[in-house]
Amino acid sequence: MIGRAPLRRGIAAFGLGLALACLALVSGAAAAPGDARMPELRGGPLDPTNDNGALTLDDGETLELGISTSEIAVKSNFSGAEITIFGAIVDANPFALALDQYDLVVTLEGPKLATTVRRKQRVFGIWINRHSVDFHPIPTSYSLSSTRPLGALATEATLEKYGIGTENLKVAPLQSSADSQVNVAAFREALLRRKESLGLYRSDPKGVNFVSSTLFKASISLPANIPVGTHTVHGYLFRNGNFVAEKRLPLHIVKTGLEQAINTYATNDAFLYGIFAVLLAALTGWLGSVIFRRD
Amino acid sequence: MTIYLPIAELSVNIFVILGMGGAVGFLSGLFGVGGGFLITPLLIFYNIPPAVAVATGTNQVVASSFSGALSHFRRGSLDVKLGLVLLVGGLSGSTAGIFAFKLLKSLGQLDLIVSLAYVTFLTIVGSLMMWESVGALKRLRAQSRSPGSSSAAPRHNQHTWVHRLPLKMRFRRSKIYLSVIPVIGLGFGIGLLTSIMGIGGGFMIVPAMIYLLRVPTNVVIGTSLFMVTFTTAFATLVQATTNHTVDVMLAIMLIVSSVIGVQYGVRVGRKLRGEWLRAGLALLVLAVGVRLAVGLFLRPEDIYSLIATGATAQ
Repeated sequence: MIGRAPLRRGIAAFGLGLALACLALVSGAAAAPGDARMPELRGGPLDPTNDNGALTLDDGETLELGISTSEIAVKSNFSGAEITIFGAIVDANPFALALDQYDLVVTLEGPKLATTVRRKQRVFGIWINRHSVDFHPIPTSYSLSSTRPLGALATEATLEKYGIGTENLKVAPLQSSADSQVNVAAFREALLRRKESLGLYRSDPKGVNFVSSTLFKASISLPANIPVGTHTVHGYLFRNGNFVAEKRLPLHIVKTGLEQAINTYATNDAFLYGIFAVLLAALTGWLGSVIFRRD
Repeated sequence: MTIYLPIAELSVNIFVILGMGGAVGFLSGLFGVGGGFLITPLLIFYNIPPAVAVATGTNQVVASSFSGALSHFRRGSLDVKLGLVLLVGGLSGSTAGIFAFKLLKSLGQLDLIVSLAYVTFLTIVGSLMMWESVGALKRLRAQSRSPGSSSAAPRHNQHTWVHRLPLKMRFRRSKIYLSVIPVIGLGFGIGLLTSIMGIGGGFMIVPAMIYLLRVPTNVVIGTSLFMVTFTTAFATLVQATTNHTVDVMLAIMLIVSSVIGVQYGVRVGRKLRGEWLRAGLALLVLAVGVRLAVGLFLRPEDIYSLIATGATAQ
């Protein structure tokens, strides 16, 4: 059901990235005269699609991403993983390349889930959950890799605009639930802190490296407790601190084999699963009493 | 070596789980209890979500109590009729408990109630057992000093309010004539706790049957195991159906290791005096209760906690 089409797309993108990188290496400068790729170009130096104001020299760069797989299987021995995402800057400006003006941010966002943050308070000496704030669906996990620390890469306003970095994720409380007595900001901060301490929100400011002038490689580490579901690889290209292009790819994180079978069984045939669990216990108990009966 | 638990949705160290199961099995074999009151808190300390710990702990108790009930049945130290009457209460209590469990989970107070229930019951039962076993040990010493003095087993002939209740029934194997009301009531209470706390409740039924119902000691353990087998099996089934929180992967590791642990516990237990064993169990029960109580009063590491509520929104 899942995987097939995205897998092909992933491979295609990967292949494209590699091919482009090879082309770039062979032809030297990307915009060499008489380049065979010219007809494919969507824009040149005069391309009007410029969303960063007139001051930016937009050469119509685009971003390509490719992952070696579009599906990661969580097996019984899963203890986290590291995935490598390849990408290429298409139609890079040779001057910008020479001046090292390009920066990249690659994130992996987990499926979004509505989340409640609860705060304990001391009541008669006992710590109990008193106040809670419900939040709009937030990514269950968020791993970020970049060529440089975010602060050095773009302005806070730009990062906020594109929702890059844990601080800038859209974590908003549901208005209806916001208790007037509580400080919602503290709950938001606590949510991000908990996610970080659980290893679900993480960042690596040196995780993206250029392999050649336009081809780059991003390493993203997945925690052992990564939630299953459809994750999104999101690449952002910056030039001189200005946002230029972005690209998304789906990445499916699935349980496989026995784990998947157990999970499906437990949800779809809950009653039979319960019977199975009880019989399994009874059988093991009986075996135990038989095996050790002699002595 | 780690193993991924499909329902708890996290990776755990397989040896930690096997060690827990083995140790709890050893203690349950030694003291003749199911061990649910030990396994559930241990799983929670090891970061297994409380809901999964409770449901899977229940499943583990099915194995240990069924194993025990079988051997008591073979020896004839099981009163099936009394067990069935207890079970009537047990199953209804268990059903009520499942609904309470769901309600508390949605209110966000499940952890608190589970902890409070543990602290309350473990400290009360632990103190009573301690009181009783210290008395027994004192008598034991007095007896060894002056042989021939009367032994102090529970007095069967003494009647209490329990014996004045209507709806009496004769239980042949236990050789008692007793109202079904306290039996069903006891079963109900234990069944309720089975669902909420993930325990069999053996450590509570046994003293209650001896001191409250005056059931002869020789059939008490077998009969309580009989009832516990069915209430925990029922609770496992209902937890699996309504809450989807039974993790068979976790359960099978716990079950296999505890079944082996039990056998070694039983062997060591045979070499020790009953009075000392009861004192040891009382100490263990109290220790777990106190540890959990401390957890309630200490400031938590982070006073904030997260709960994923909504369905996945892509």
